[in-house]
Amino acid sequence: MSTSTPQVYRPDRKKNRLVYNVLGLIAFVLMAFPVYWLIISSLRPNAEIRSYDQTLWPTSITFDNFSRAIKQPNFGTAIESSLIVCGVAVVVGMLLATIAAFAIGRFQFRGRKFFMIVLLVVQLLPPTAMLIPIYIQLNDLGGLNEYWGVIVIYLVSTLPFATWMIRGFVINIPQELEESAMVDGCSRMSAFWRITFPLLAPGLAAAAIFSLITAWNEYLLAYVVLQDNDKYTLNVWLMNFTTSRGIDYGALMAASTMIAIPVVAFFLLVQKYMATGLTSGAVKG
Amino acid sequence: MSAADMKAADPPVSVPRAPEGAESRPPKSVTRKPRKAGALLPYLLIAPAFIAIAAVFVWPFIKTVIMSFQDVGRRELWSGSAAPWVGFDQFTDILGDGEFWDVVWRTIIFMVVCVAVTMAGGLGLSMIMQRMSTWVRLLLTAALVAAWSMPLLVATSIFRWFADSDYGVLNMVLTKYLGIDAQGHNWFLDPKQGFVIIGAVVVWGAIPFVSVTLYAALTQVPKELEEAASLDGASVPGIFRYVTWPVIKPVFQMVATLSVLWDFNVFGQIFLMRGNKPEPEYSVLGIYSFEKAFESNSFSQGAAISLITVLLLSGVAVYYLRQLLKIGEVE
Repeated sequence: MSTSTPQVYRPDRKKNRLVYNVLGLIAFVLMAFPVYWLIISSLRPNAEIRSYDQTLWPTSITFDNFSRAIKQPNFGTAIESSLIVCGVAVVVGMLLATIAAFAIGRFQFRGRKFFMIVLLVVQLLPPTAMLIPIYIQLNDLGGLNEYWGVIVIYLVSTLPFATWMIRGFVINIPQELEESAMVDGCSRMSAFWRITFPLLAPGLAAAAIFSLITAWNEYLLAYVVLQDNDKYTLNVWLMNFTTSRGIDYGALMAASTMIAIPVVAFFLLVQKYMATGLTSGAVKG
Repeated sequence: MSAADMKAADPPVSVPRAPEGAESRPPKSVTRKPRKAGALLPYLLIAPAFIAIAAVFVWPFIKTVIMSFQDVGRRELWSGSAAPWVGFDQFTDILGDGEFWDVVWRTIIFMVVCVAVTMAGGLGLSMIMQRMSTWVRLLLTAALVAAWSMPLLVATSIFRWFADSDYGVLNMVLTKYLGIDAQGHNWFLDPKQGFVIIGAVVVWGAIPFVSVTLYAALTQVPKELEEAASLDGASVPGIFRYVTWPVIKPVFQMVATLSVLWDFNVFGQIFLMRGNKPEPEYSVLGIYSFEKAFESNSFSQGAAISLITVLLLSGVAVYYLRQLLKIGEVE
C-alpha cells in the first residue's frame, strides 16, 4: 500500500479481513450444504441413506439410485414433455418478447406507457390466484391435459419479464446503427433484424435462461393441467418418489440431480450475460 | 405460475441510476420514415404479446372477480350450466370464518419473519462480501449461484429430508454434535417447528438473489466517501447510516418489496414439504385458496380468497410499481 492518506483507514480493514473471511466461509458452508447433500445422497448406497446414524461423508459410492430413478415408469416421456413444453414456450416467448420490446424501446406511440404498466402489473398477481380461472378457462377451451395449455401459460407468464428485460438491451443499442442501415436502403424492420437483433444476443440469452428456469421448475400448473401419467413433466414425475409408504430419498435425490443439471449448466453458461442483463436491463428500467 | 417461478420471473433488479444518455434520442433526422408509414407498426408489434397477456392474465383475473360473486362448484364446472349469482355471500362467508383469519395471520407472520431474516441475511452477506478476500468471495458466489439455480422442488425435497425424523441430518447433528437428544424427533408435528423448516428453505432460496443484488448496489457506494467519513471519525454504524444506506436504499426497498410479494404468496414449499396435502395448521392464503377450490370443489370460494389476497397485497404492489417506474423513469 502506498503512503497516501487512506492508510489511516486501511490497517483495521486488513486486521478484520480474517474475521470477514471466516464469516464468508461459514456462509459458504450454509449455502452450499444442501447442494452438497443432494449430490452425495444421490451417490450413496441405500443402506447408508436409510440409516438411523447419518454421516456427513459417504463411505462408499454407487450409481444404484440413478438406475432406480431412470427405471421409474415414464422417465422418458417426462423428459420429452418437459423438453416440448419448455422448448416451445421459451422459443415463442423470446420471439414475442423481442418484437414487443423493439416496439416499446424504439417507438413513441400512444398507449406505450399503458402497455409497460401492464407488463409490470400482471407480475404482481399471485400465481395461485390465477390458477383457478386459468383451469376453468382451459377446461372451456379443451386445453386440459394438452401440452398447448401448459405451453401457452408458461409462455405468457414469462413474457412480461422477458419483454421488460430485452427492452433494456434494445435501448442500450444506439438507434443510429439502424438509421444508417436505413439510409443504405433497409426497411425499418429489416434494419432491426439485421443490425440490432444480433447485438441483442446477451439480452436474449439472459431473458431466455430466466424463462427456461421458470418453465423448467414449474410444477403446480403442470400438476393441475396435465392429468395423464405419460404427459407429466419432470417436476410432476418427481412426485412418484413420494409414496404413502415413504420417500425413496436416494432415487429422489438422483432424479433431482438429473433435473437440476440442465438448469445449473445453462445458468453457469449464461451467468455472465445474465449479470449484465440484470443490471443494464434494470438501469434503463 | 407458481411461487417457484416468481423467484426468477419478476422484473429485474434495479441498480442506482446510471448516467442517462442512450435513451435520449437525437433530433429527428431526415432518415426517419414518414410518420404515417410507421404509425401502425408499433401496435402490430406489441399486439401478439398484448393479446397473449390479456388472454392469460387479464381475462382470467376478470373471471376471478365474476366467479367470486357466483357459486361455481364441480357441477357448474363440468356441465357448463350457469352458476347462480350469490352477491357478496362468498366474501361474507369467508370473512366470517374464524379459520380464514387464522390463515391470514399465519400468512402475515410467516411473511414478516421470512422477509426480515432474508433481508438481514442478504444485507449482512453483501456487506461482508465486500470485505472478504477474493478467493472466499468466489467460493461464496459459486455457492450462491448453485443455490439460486436449484429448482424449488429439489430444494424442498432436500430440506424435507434434512428434517426427516429418522434419517434426517438435522436430528443427527443436534444429537451427535450439539448434545441435544433429538433422535426420532418429528419437526412437523408442531407447526411452529415445521414452519422453521419451511422458512429455512424459503430464506435459503431467496438469499442469493437478495445478496447478489445488494452487493451490486454496494459497489455503487463511493469508496472515497466511506474513507473520508472514517477519517473524520465516523463510527461504523454512522458510516452505514449516512454514507452507505442512502445509496443502496432504493435497491433495498425494491428487493424487500419483492420478498414481501414472494413470501406472502408462498405455496410450493409448503405444499411439497407436506406431501401435497398440507394439514390445516399449515394453511397459508395460497394453500387455503387452492384447497377450497380443488379439494372442496368450491371454485368460487377459492376465487374469493384469491381476490382478498390480491387486495391485501395491493398496497405493497402499488408501492413496488411506483419504485420501478421511478427507477426506470419511463420517459
